[in-house]
Amino acid sequence: MNVAVQAKAPAAAPLIRTRQIDIGYAGLVALKGVSLQIAKGEIVTVIGPNGSGKSTLIKALLGLIEPQGGSIERAPGLTIGYVPQNLAIDANLPMTVARFLSLPVRHSAGTTAAMLERVGVPGAQSKQMADLSGGQFQRVLLARALLANPQILILDEPTQGLDQPGIAAFYKLIEEVRKERGCAVLMVSHDLHVVMRATDRVICLNGHVCCEGAPDAVLEAPEYRALFGDGTRGAFALYQHHHDHSHDQGEGHGHDHGHQHAHYHDHDHDNDHAG
Amino acid sequence: MTTTMTTTMLDDFLIRAALAGAGIALIAGPLGCLVVWRRMAYFGDATAHAAILGVALALAFDVSIILGTVAVTLAMALTVSGLGSRGHSEDATLGVLAHGSLALGLVAISFVPGVTVDLQAYLFGDILAVSRGDLAVIWAGAALVLALIWWRWSRILTAILNPELAVSSGIDPRRESLVMTVTLALTVALSLKVVGALLVAAMLIIPAAAARSFARTPERMALVAALLGLLAVIAGLQGSLRFDSPAGPSIVSAATLIYVVAVMLGPVLARRAAR
Repeated sequence: MNVAVQAKAPAAAPLIRTRQIDIGYAGLVALKGVSLQIAKGEIVTVIGPNGSGKSTLIKALLGLIEPQGGSIERAPGLTIGYVPQNLAIDANLPMTVARFLSLPVRHSAGTTAAMLERVGVPGAQSKQMADLSGGQFQRVLLARALLANPQILILDEPTQGLDQPGIAAFYKLIEEVRKERGCAVLMVSHDLHVVMRATDRVICLNGHVCCEGAPDAVLEAPEYRALFGDGTRGAFALYQHHHDHSHDQGEGHGHDHGHQHAHYHDHDHDNDHAG
Repeated sequence: MTTTMTTTMLDDFLIRAALAGAGIALIAGPLGCLVVWRRMAYFGDATAHAAILGVALALAFDVSIILGTVAVTLAMALTVSGLGSRGHSEDATLGVLAHGSLALGLVAISFVPGVTVDLQAYLFGDILAVSRGDLAVIWAGAALVLALIWWRWSRILTAILNPELAVSSGIDPRRESLVMTVTLALTVALSLKVVGALLVAAMLIIPAAAARSFARTPERMALVAALLGLLAVIAGLQGSLRFDSPAGPSIVSAATLIYVVAVMLGPVLARRAAR
């Protein structure tokens, strides 16, 4: 499937727009004068090193913290599907996949089953969340977010703990979901060198917006080079799924992939899930 | 104790004790689960110890004990959750507040003029002296607490899981935290007569921890915790009669025994569930 040519989002009123927002904690500035907007159906990737204010930005977009300066506008009645980073479920909290998907809004068994099938973990309803592999866990989080019929999906480091084929498969899924539903996608990543191919716009964040634009343009931007260094010589992998061999991330983990593709960074096969 | 003819069941002090214990067990079960999941065991202790200060103030100002304890536990619970959200080290702060309020309460009680207080009754409970009036207060309060958490359950659960997730679903985690704080304070105040300030937290945590082995969903765990709490009350009262041991500590001992059995059964049950 080649999606090199993406339909650009229409220039309607944005779903979310921030204007010059400032946020600080205890005298430390986390975000300064950040303005950005996400339009309907658009895929935006925010990349930035650790401590660049990515989490703060997400909290602000969700409405968990109020900016001290500037403003955030959300489209009226905006529905957000949020996929958190590392959802740590306390070991003392028993939670089946089915129950998790119905938090806080109950969904019918049929709806739940169909959604699990769609995201590639069919029949996982009665499994404990703690027993899922990293890839399965991520897909269940996505399923829960999609059940809210969101106009925008916000994903915080969604590929952390996934191996390379896992990342490719997950990105592919996101892309398909966007096509099917037309929802916007905002993805946040600290991985400076791998960005989903279907991304319409990349925003480099480091307390402020360093640069912004189409992936190829950002790659060339001196700000990007300054921020992320020349060491990788712009090894800015646009993650398309040229991994056409299918690794079913939905099933199990810990199998040996043994693939020979050249990748830009080491990866491990740790699927982090709470034992 | 009344010496008039015992015509109704409620005249039997043992029946009243069992009913009082049952009322507490029913709310301590689900609430204890929330406490365990949010890892706020110490929070329960701080609130419970503050109840002693409430007793002292109630005696000093000649208001009803339950009113005094509700007021002070509520104040303590709100203070603690307020401090927590301002980024103080919660653990140390809770330690100071828990022990400080206990000591202050004990000193305060010693200053109350003209009253010889059976301190033991407030520290370890006096379930065998529960009056019809106490019973009415306990059950009315328990009904209120149950109604509150029944109403907010899914929201509270989502907020416990992850604040960002909650916000994205239109839930204000601070509000849910407040609901939890208030119900916890109420539960502690109501439990004072049954198990006493020193063992209230035990009634919250032990049945909940024991229930973990028997549950695959949060709701099941809350239900099982309530039932195990009930079992502990009945067994504890029986034991107290048979061995002439203090009732409150006997109930908590019974709960602990149940916990030990549950923990030993845990792996067996898990294996059977996994098949």
